[in-house]
Amino acid sequence: MDFTRRDLMRTTAGLAAGAALGGKLLGPTGARAQSDLSFKPEEGASLRVLRWSPFVKGDEEQWLALTKKFSEQTGVQVRVDKESWEDIRPKAAVAANVGSGPDIMLVWFDDPHQYPDKLLDVTDLADYLGGKYGGWYDGMADYARRDGKFIGLPLATIGNAIVYRESWVKEAGWSEFPTDTASFLELLKALQKNGHPGGFTHGHGVGDGNNYAHWLLWSHGGQMVDAGGKVVLDSAETMKSIEYAMELYKTFIPGTESWLDVNNNRAFLAGELSVIANGISAYYTPKNDPAQAELAADIRTCPLPIGPVGQSVELYQVTSAVIFAHTPYPNAAKEYLRFMYEEPQMQSWITASSAYCCQPLKAYENNPIWSSDRNYAPYAKASATLRPNGYAGPLGYASAGVMADYVLVDMYAEAVTGRSSPKEAIERAVKRANRYYSI
Amino acid sequence: MTTDTLGGVARRRPWISPHALRRNLVAWIFMLPAAALLVVFLTYPLGLGVWLGFTDARIGRPGMYVGLENFEMLWDDSVFWLSVFNTVLYTTVASLLKFALGFWLALLLNEHLPFKAFFRAIVLLPWVVPTVLSAIAFWWIYDAQFSIISWVLIKWGWIDAPINFLGDVANARASVIAANVWRGIPFVAITLLAGLQTISPSLYEAAALDGATAMQRLRYVTLPLLTPIIAIVMTFSVLFTFTDFQLIYVLTRGGPVNATHLMATLSFQRGISGGQLGEGAAIAVAMIPFLLAAILFSYFGLQRRRWQQGGTDR
Repeated sequence: MDFTRRDLMRTTAGLAAGAALGGKLLGPTGARAQSDLSFKPEEGASLRVLRWSPFVKGDEEQWLALTKKFSEQTGVQVRVDKESWEDIRPKAAVAANVGSGPDIMLVWFDDPHQYPDKLLDVTDLADYLGGKYGGWYDGMADYARRDGKFIGLPLATIGNAIVYRESWVKEAGWSEFPTDTASFLELLKALQKNGHPGGFTHGHGVGDGNNYAHWLLWSHGGQMVDAGGKVVLDSAETMKSIEYAMELYKTFIPGTESWLDVNNNRAFLAGELSVIANGISAYYTPKNDPAQAELAADIRTCPLPIGPVGQSVELYQVTSAVIFAHTPYPNAAKEYLRFMYEEPQMQSWITASSAYCCQPLKAYENNPIWSSDRNYAPYAKASATLRPNGYAGPLGYASAGVMADYVLVDMYAEAVTGRSSPKEAIERAVKRANRYYSI
Repeated sequence: MTTDTLGGVARRRPWISPHALRRNLVAWIFMLPAAALLVVFLTYPLGLGVWLGFTDARIGRPGMYVGLENFEMLWDDSVFWLSVFNTVLYTTVASLLKFALGFWLALLLNEHLPFKAFFRAIVLLPWVVPTVLSAIAFWWIYDAQFSIISWVLIKWGWIDAPINFLGDVANARASVIAANVWRGIPFVAITLLAGLQTISPSLYEAAALDGATAMQRLRYVTLPLLTPIIAIVMTFSVLFTFTDFQLIYVLTRGGPVNATHLMATLSFQRGISGGQLGEGAAIAVAMIPFLLAAILFSYFGLQRRRWQQGGTDR
C-alpha cells in the first residue's frame, strides 16, 4: 500500500530522499528544505470528511471556509459532515470495519489504536509538519502514533481548567486561586461554609467525569497500569487520591454523582456553584451574552491544582485526524490535511475556535487567541501538560475499554458516596481493569 | 420407472397439481420481498449478533470463535450481574405499574366522558413524543440543581434541599422507572381500551340482570374477555421495557455507579463505546433467555382458554 511514494510530487529534486528523515535528523532548520512537500490529488478526486459537531460556532465556520478554499485551489470537492462527538467512535469503527464511508475522520482518544491497520500511514506528512512547525506535543503524538508510524495527525486538545467566581474566592479569603491540592481543599471548605460550594463530576460524563477522575489519580502519583500494561492501580498513591476525593466531595453541591457533562456548566452559570473544572464553554457562553456580562466579568480560570506529584498532569480530550486506508484518493486526502495544517490555515482555525482547541504543533503556541483574554491562557498549555489515557501503558483497546467502562470514574464515585470503602473501591476497579488488560 | 409402468394415470397425478403449483409459485413470489426483508434486516443481524457473542471481535478486527469465554467472563463480572438485577427490577416494577395504571385509565376512558375523543388523543401524547425528547424533559425534571419538583417542594416548605433524584441509588432507580411508566402507559391504556370496546354490552346487561355488582362484572365479564389482549399487550410491554435503552442513556448513562445500568445500555457501553463487540454482543445474547421466557409465559400461560374463562388447570 505504498501510495506515498508512487504519487508523491516533490517540486524540488534531490530532496526526495525522504520527508520522513528530514524532520527527525535535521530538526527545525532542515525542515525548511522540504517546506514544499505536497501531494498531487488523484484525477477526479473528491473527499468525504466526518468530524465532530463543533463546540463553538467559529470552529466549524472556519473549518468549512478553509475547506472551500482547498476545493477552489485544487478542484477537489470535499463534503464535510458532522456527528455529535460521542457518536464519532461507533461511526469511525463502522467505517473502519466495513471499509467504506468517509475518507477522513476526526476521531477521539485511542480510536486510531483500535484499528491501526485500517488507517493510512501518514508518517511522511506528520514528520514534514512536525519538522516545519516545531514538533508535535508528545502526549498528543502518542494518540496518533503506533510502532513509530503515524496513523493519524494529532489535531487538537480540548483543554480543561478550573473555572471560578473571583468574588466568591476572594470573599473566602484567597486573593489568588490556590495552586496545590492541599490549599485547594481548604478553599473549597471555606466556599462551602459561605454557601457557594464547588462541584466536580462524579457521574458518567464522558469528558468531565473522566477529566476529574484522572486528575485525582495522577495528581497523587497513582496510575492505572505500568509501562508493560500491568494493572498497578492498587497503590498507596491511589488510596491517598481517594481519601482526598472523599474530603473534597464533602464540600460539593449535592448530586455530583449523577452529573453528566452539561450539569456543572448549567449550575455554574446559574450562580449555584463557585468552582468547577471545565472547558472554556463555561466562560464562552456568558462572555458572548450581553445579559450575562456581569457574570462573565467575575469569572476567572486557572490550571487545576498540582498534587503531591509536583507537576500538572491531565487527561483532556484529544482529537486526531485519520485517513482510512480504504479511501480511493489517499493523495487528495493527504493534501487536504497538509493544507489544513499549514500555518495560515491552522492558525486561523485555532483562533476561530475561541480557545476550545489547543494546537497540536509547538510553533502554533504563539497564537494570538491565547493572550486575547486572560481567561484563555490556562487552556493554552493543554497540549503540553496532557497525559495519554491509560498512562503509562500502551494505548489500544484495553485503555479505550477501561475508559469507556468508567472504571476510574466509578471507583471514586463508589468511595465518595460511601457505597463501598476506599479499599473495596480500589479492588473492584482493579478487577474491572484486569478484564481488559489481562488478555 | 414405476410411474411409466403404471401408465398415464399416475403421470397425470403429480404430487401437486399444475394449478396448485402455479398458484403456490405466485404465492411464493409475492412472499419473497417480505421474506427477503425479514432475512436481510432481522434474521441476519440477529444471527450475526448471536455469533459475535461467541467471538472475541473488537471494533476494527474480526473475531475468532472463542466458545463461551465471553459468558464466562461476564459470569465473574459484578457490573454485569448488577445490570441483570437492574433490568429485572426495572422490567418487573415498570410493567406492573404500567398494567395497573393503564388498565385503570382504559376503564375510565371506556366510560361515557364528555370530550371523549379529546381525552383519548391526549392520553396518547407520551407515546407519540420521541423517547429522546421525553427523556430530555425528564432529565430536567430530575436535575440535581434545577428540578421543578424540588423547586416546588422547596417553595412549599416541604423540603430544604433539592432531591437527589439521579444521584442516590434508590432514587435513581425509582426515577427512571417512573419515567418509563409515564411513557409506557398510553400503549397499554389505548390497546386495552380497544379490547374493552369489543366486549358486547349485552353481556354486561345480562350480568346486571343477574344482580352482578360492578366489581363482579369486572371480575367475571371484563377480565376473562380481555385476557387475550392483556397477554399480547403485556408481552409487548415487557419486551419494550426489558430492552429499554434511550431513557437510561439520556438520564444517567447507567450511573450513579452503575445502579441504573440495564443490560441494553451495558451492552452498548461495552460493545460500541468500549470497542469490545464480542462482549457487548454476549450481553445482548444473555437477554434472549429472559425475553423468550416472557414470550413463552404469555403464549402458554395467559392465552390458555381455561385461564381466560376464569378456571384453573386441573
